[in-house]
Amino acid sequence: MGATYIEKLLRRNTGEKTAKAGDIVTAKVDWVMIHDIFIPFVKDKFEEMGFTQIWDPDKVVLIYDHLVPASQLDDPRHHKIGNQFAAQYGLTHVHRSDGICHQLMTEAGYVKPGDVVFGTDSHTTTYGCVGAFSSGIGYTEMAAILGTGELWVKVPETIKIVIDGELPENVASKDVILRIIGDLTAAGASYCALEFSGSTVEAMSVASRMTMANMAIEAGAKCALFTPDEKTAEYCNIPVSPQWADFKGDEDAAYLKTLHYQAEELVPVLACPSQVDKIRPVSELEGLTIDQVFLGSCTNGRLEDLHRAAQVVRGKKVAPFVKFIVTPASRKIYLEALADGTLATLADAGAIITHPGCGLCCGRTGGILTDGERVVATNNRNFLGRMGTSKVEIYLASPATAAACAIAGKITIPN
Amino acid sequence: MGMTLAEKIIASAAGVESVRPGDIHTVELDLLMSNDGTTHLTIDMYHKLRHPHIADVNKLVWIVDHNMPSDSPKTAASQKKMRDFAKENGIPFYEGKGVCHQIMMENHVRPGQLIFGADSHTCAYGALGAFGTGVGCTDYLYAMVTGKSWVLVPESLKFNLTGKLNHGVTARDLILTIIGRIGANGANYKAMEFSGEGLKTLTMSDRIAVCNLCVEAGAKTALMEADEVALDYLSSRGRTPKAVFHADEDAAYAQTYEVNLSEIVPVVAKPHFVDQVVPAAECLGTHIDEAFLGSCNNGRIEDLRAAAAILKGRKVADTVRFLVVPASGEIYRQALEEGLLTTFMEAGAIVMNANCSVCWGSCQGVIGEGETLISTGTRNFKGRAGHPGSFVYLASAETVTASAIAGEITTADRLPKREG
Amino acid sequence: MAETFTARIWVMDNDIDTDIVIPTEYLALKTVQDMTPYAFSPLRPELAVQIQPGDVIVAGSNFGCGSSREQAPEVIKALGIRAVIAGSFARIFYRNAINNGLLLIECPALRGDVSDGDEVTVEVGKSITCKGKTYPIGALPDNLLDIINAGGLVKAMRRRNGLEG
Repeated sequence: MGATYIEKLLRRNTGEKTAKAGDIVTAKVDWVMIHDIFIPFVKDKFEEMGFTQIWDPDKVVLIYDHLVPASQLDDPRHHKIGNQFAAQYGLTHVHRSDGICHQLMTEAGYVKPGDVVFGTDSHTTTYGCVGAFSSGIGYTEMAAILGTGELWVKVPETIKIVIDGELPENVASKDVILRIIGDLTAAGASYCALEFSGSTVEAMSVASRMTMANMAIEAGAKCALFTPDEKTAEYCNIPVSPQWADFKGDEDAAYLKTLHYQAEELVPVLACPSQVDKIRPVSELEGLTIDQVFLGSCTNGRLEDLHRAAQVVRGKKVAPFVKFIVTPASRKIYLEALADGTLATLADAGAIITHPGCGLCCGRTGGILTDGERVVATNNRNFLGRMGTSKVEIYLASPATAAACAIAGKITIPN
Repeated sequence: MGMTLAEKIIASAAGVESVRPGDIHTVELDLLMSNDGTTHLTIDMYHKLRHPHIADVNKLVWIVDHNMPSDSPKTAASQKKMRDFAKENGIPFYEGKGVCHQIMMENHVRPGQLIFGADSHTCAYGALGAFGTGVGCTDYLYAMVTGKSWVLVPESLKFNLTGKLNHGVTARDLILTIIGRIGANGANYKAMEFSGEGLKTLTMSDRIAVCNLCVEAGAKTALMEADEVALDYLSSRGRTPKAVFHADEDAAYAQTYEVNLSEIVPVVAKPHFVDQVVPAAECLGTHIDEAFLGSCNNGRIEDLRAAAAILKGRKVADTVRFLVVPASGEIYRQALEEGLLTTFMEAGAIVMNANCSVCWGSCQGVIGEGETLISTGTRNFKGRAGHPGSFVYLASAETVTASAIAGEITTADRLPKREG
Repeated sequence: MAETFTARIWVMDNDIDTDIVIPTEYLALKTVQDMTPYAFSPLRPELAVQIQPGDVIVAGSNFGCGSSREQAPEVIKALGIRAVIAGSFARIFYRNAINNGLLLIECPALRGDVSDGDEVTVEVGKSITCKGKTYPIGALPDNLLDIINAGGLVKAMRRRNGLEG
């Protein structure tokens, strides 16, 4: 009997050579990420637990992103506590205004294929884009990891998702993952690992894979996994490793189920208010007027997303009375988009370009809306009240769809 | 008896030969600016009128700049009210394009105009020889409905500028020094008129910075003659003057101040009043948590250039948040073109979209309890930039940038030399 | 040690996400107690003040989906909620609840039969009884029982560090 990707990964990490789905194992943690909203809570729990030192300060990354720029009077307190915590326990990896945590964990060179990573954020599943097991946890468990360097994990069952063929020009990896979530439903992958493969996935950039891994949690998944390849090596700035040949599930492994998609059959879609699994083709909602568009977040604030949007808006103007808010996912992406003229194109079209951070996606600032307003957004959640009042309608879309909607002032298909 | 600049503009707007301080005149207004700080209140009052109508929609300019992008459902609701009303009535409307006064200078203000703005820093328009003054919602509403209002002719104070600012000293230092000298109520109800040879040495950007801050001395308005510098700026923006007025030789001033620009040094206004002005040298070493470069006072391309020149090849101190906020979308775009945004981002600054940011202090970079901000904003009142238990120092773009690098208050000339 | 209690219930639907339990806007308030008035506010703004200590929430599937915010189970606990009974729970919420000693019970059949204000009697690890009908429920796995028996993860770690007997 073969093993799934996650079984192999956890066997390697724990040394338990026969670990299989359902077993409880103790994972050795390679990296942890804590973001600014939870730092004070982690610190309190850590000290309440009676720890006096961090198991390995070099494996801890603090990232200020949800509260940058500070929008409420108590926000700066979180950063002050973060600075004190870092100084007290000798943490050196602190990003104070460099962008969104999930972007930085791979972009800044921390997470590598095969790593086991936990973060105090549900979208920690993102790092599966490079073949790492990564998952979100609460602040109490994070405090325990800081003290021990370990966490118990139930080896998850796996849903295998195979996508073959070439995506139509106006269909992005965002459309693919939204479609998958729609099919699985919001709870359909609860406690499971998602294992992605197929020629479509192989052809995708690491950035596109990141979008999919990021949103795995929206189907309830514990993690998402992609097989590392040359692109991964280039992105992580490391050589291709012969071990990566085994970073995938065996043909005869036991999967909970397998889903097959043919890329040519996929279309641009939207997640409709107020559930991520309420998926409809963009074509069915064409013409619905909108008030705002948000391009950004750890899901879709990367350079290729900005490129795609710039391509759509070049030479055009954002519709009157519509705001088009662009929040690049990181400082590096912002700088690259400055250098290659992408931000100039977006600004010329009338975009409002903000500093990298979680922005509107986390619902604290960055374009909060009110009753009766409708927003098309490239982020990962459209929950009730996520971007303002509970009477705000949030539609999740790909960057190309979002940009096209900004120009049209209504929901429309890109191109 | 001759007239001052303020008197001439009021006389023209009132359609009379001459006016004197203390007279009350009904005037025809040229422009009425309002922003998201208060427009929703004006709209509420408007709807309570028996026969609401707008005298001339093209005199109105509405600008969303204070909380941009919006930070709460409450803000979003007032902005939506403003947007919907503007859309319905065809009111010229800007959203997310920058700070209101900068947008007005770039696109609307013409010499000789009389302008009401529902914002205290409307006095900035004097840099183009226009009489701009801040009003509340009620006055604004009356003017919006009738096209007219009444004005009490103010006494004028004359500031005769001589000499030239030294290298490393800015118009911001100049106006802070003047406010420090005459006090926070030193120009209450009065017009501050700037003239003299020294004025010619000031750029358009310098002049806006000077006029903009005059309300911090209590002034009703600030005025400068629209000279070649102003008219060149105007024509570069494709506009012509309404009228170019000159103060008469024998105009009467309540007081005349002589200001030698070459004697001005870099200064800061200490917490919590704009007139607590001391040489920056007296505050060296004061720890800061945040630095802010932006606002209608000091967020123009010239300020960004000066800051970038200091920052190039240096880094913002680790734990300092350095907010760089261009005053308008145009300035953002220009700074992008010139590579300034790259310099800021590489140095670790937080570059934001054009908005009022922490100068308004309700979102977009607020400071916390016990924190200290050094700012190019307009005010350092207690709690202005965030928590009531925080501290704000006002200074020039140069001093703010140097302090962001050092992590404590310092001036650009005191920074250690760049490496390499 | 089968413990039994009776409680008044509040009924909710499927997919109650953590943004509904406690919106991001309030996550940086200083204490969880400060957050309690805003619990469930996007969906039922009046609910937080109506909940009485000892009450129970009965929901559909996927309760607690969404973010990793541990304030979600903490704020429910701070409101005095005795247990959450749902069709199923989202993973991160489940772990967070266990670590904070909030009792979670899976019982898919109950939701369809009850409404606000009904009373349930819970025999932990065995069954739920409501309006004369009895619903069997499962017991917790051992490793989770260990954490609960220790009084939550913080206490378990304190014991590990020699701070509690």
